[in-house]
Amino acid sequence: MPNFNLFPLVSPAVPHGSRLISLQVVAQRMKSVGNIQKITAAMKMVAASRLKGAQTKMEKSRGLVEPMVRLLGDQPGVDAERTLLVPVSSDKGLCGGINSTVVKYSKVVAGLSGAQVPLLTIIGEKARGQLSKAYAETLTGAIVDLSKVPLTFATASLVSDTILNQGAGKHQIVYNRFQSVISFKPTVATVYSSGEYEKAAESGMNNFDAYELEGPERSEFLLDLSEFNMGVVVYNALLENSTSELGSRMQSMENSTKNAKDMLGKLTLLYNRTRQASITTELIEIISGASALEG
Amino acid sequence: MALRQAMRRLGALSSQTSTAARAFTTSAPRLEATEAQKESIKSFMDAFDQNKPIPTMDLPSTPSNFMSPEREVPATPPEKMTLNFYMPHEIQFKDAEVDQVMIPATSGDFGVLPGHVPTVAQLRPGVVSVQLNSSETQKYFVSSGFAFVHANSVTDIMAVEAIPLEQLDDAAVKKGLADFNNKLVNAKDDYEKAAAQIGIEVCGAMNHALEGK
Repeated sequence: MPNFNLFPLVSPAVPHGSRLISLQVVAQRMKSVGNIQKITAAMKMVAASRLKGAQTKMEKSRGLVEPMVRLLGDQPGVDAERTLLVPVSSDKGLCGGINSTVVKYSKVVAGLSGAQVPLLTIIGEKARGQLSKAYAETLTGAIVDLSKVPLTFATASLVSDTILNQGAGKHQIVYNRFQSVISFKPTVATVYSSGEYEKAAESGMNNFDAYELEGPERSEFLLDLSEFNMGVVVYNALLENSTSELGSRMQSMENSTKNAKDMLGKLTLLYNRTRQASITTELIEIISGASALEG
Repeated sequence: MALRQAMRRLGALSSQTSTAARAFTTSAPRLEATEAQKESIKSFMDAFDQNKPIPTMDLPSTPSNFMSPEREVPATPPEKMTLNFYMPHEIQFKDAEVDQVMIPATSGDFGVLPGHVPTVAQLRPGVVSVQLNSSETQKYFVSSGFAFVHANSVTDIMAVEAIPLEQLDDAAVKKGLADFNNKLVNAKDDYEKAAAQIGIEVCGAMNHALEGK
């Protein structure tokens, strides 16, 4: 790698007034920065156009979550025998800090269940890359490439089945909740197994026993309900996270485009200045040579 | 049907007379559960606060942060009940004021009027009929799901799939029923058998709903 000197005018090493090789280097860099700018601008446009649809879909998925939380409660602090942590991340990068946020928060939540390290089922390539080494012993699996086809409730049910099959009593799902295009809230959703919900219902920790039952008896009802609840939470978390991903990508690509534009402006200025300086120097040489001949 | 509604209304009336007792019994565990939730979130946040690697890190949110405030339980049932009808991919009704809703539970159909006792129901494939006002009724065929009837006359219906009854195709339903019957006969293992039985149940319910339209 040659040592590019972007500021030949102030460099003492370069003889004054010579046409510089670095001018070619600057021209090359201008071209590559220009290309990068085009790519980031295109990525921003793609993210922006997908965001609207994703946001509508995500907002509709929020409906199911609220009644579930009302009935079963939101109790992240209750301990169960085994905890399963599910960090939700994206498969692709270049989307700002949302994946590292999920990883950071997951690490803290993983430290909360005492001496016992929680089981881990990772969703998304990015969190897998960052967490699978640190939690290799309790890692039960990773689910990736969910974003390749539009998410359906059936897919989310398959994912939640995989999660429930690990047999944990408490499941904590860490994801970015979409607030607006520029703000995402790291959120921890807690889903218990039906057994834990039954205990909570008996001790009055949730409202379940205030309701009459239409359907199978309580333990079977709660089994079905907790499975449905997991499907609902996973479906919403996946949509929230992918919407946040698009918003965050839009934002970060806009910044990159702006940075590339600034850089291109600076390089263009440098290029033109250097070119003009050398032309001026050459002109002076010619004129002074001519006037010496005349005199 | 009319008799059944009358029974429901009578039931609602009798529950009205004992409002004070009911309000006490339903609100006491409610309050306790709210307290338990608050405590649980607080202990989680405290533990998080102690464990976080950098002091400037914000605390995470939990789903209850984003919920709309719950309505009070009124002393007397309101004129109209509030219906929320959710699907994963669609919100059919949100805070809609309606007269009555018929819900197909696994243990039988039941109607919900304002002031209905708090109930949680598991749905079977069947027709949810929403009586918007005295002249207008909308019917939806739901595949499965749950319904929560709350003490504050709010009803949440959560269906995996629901479509307006008039969009069901009679011929396709009959064909589906015949297909699944065939599959049940030719089923090789328990899984195929169970899948065919579910198909028959859903198609049969659709067929029944279309006949009763």
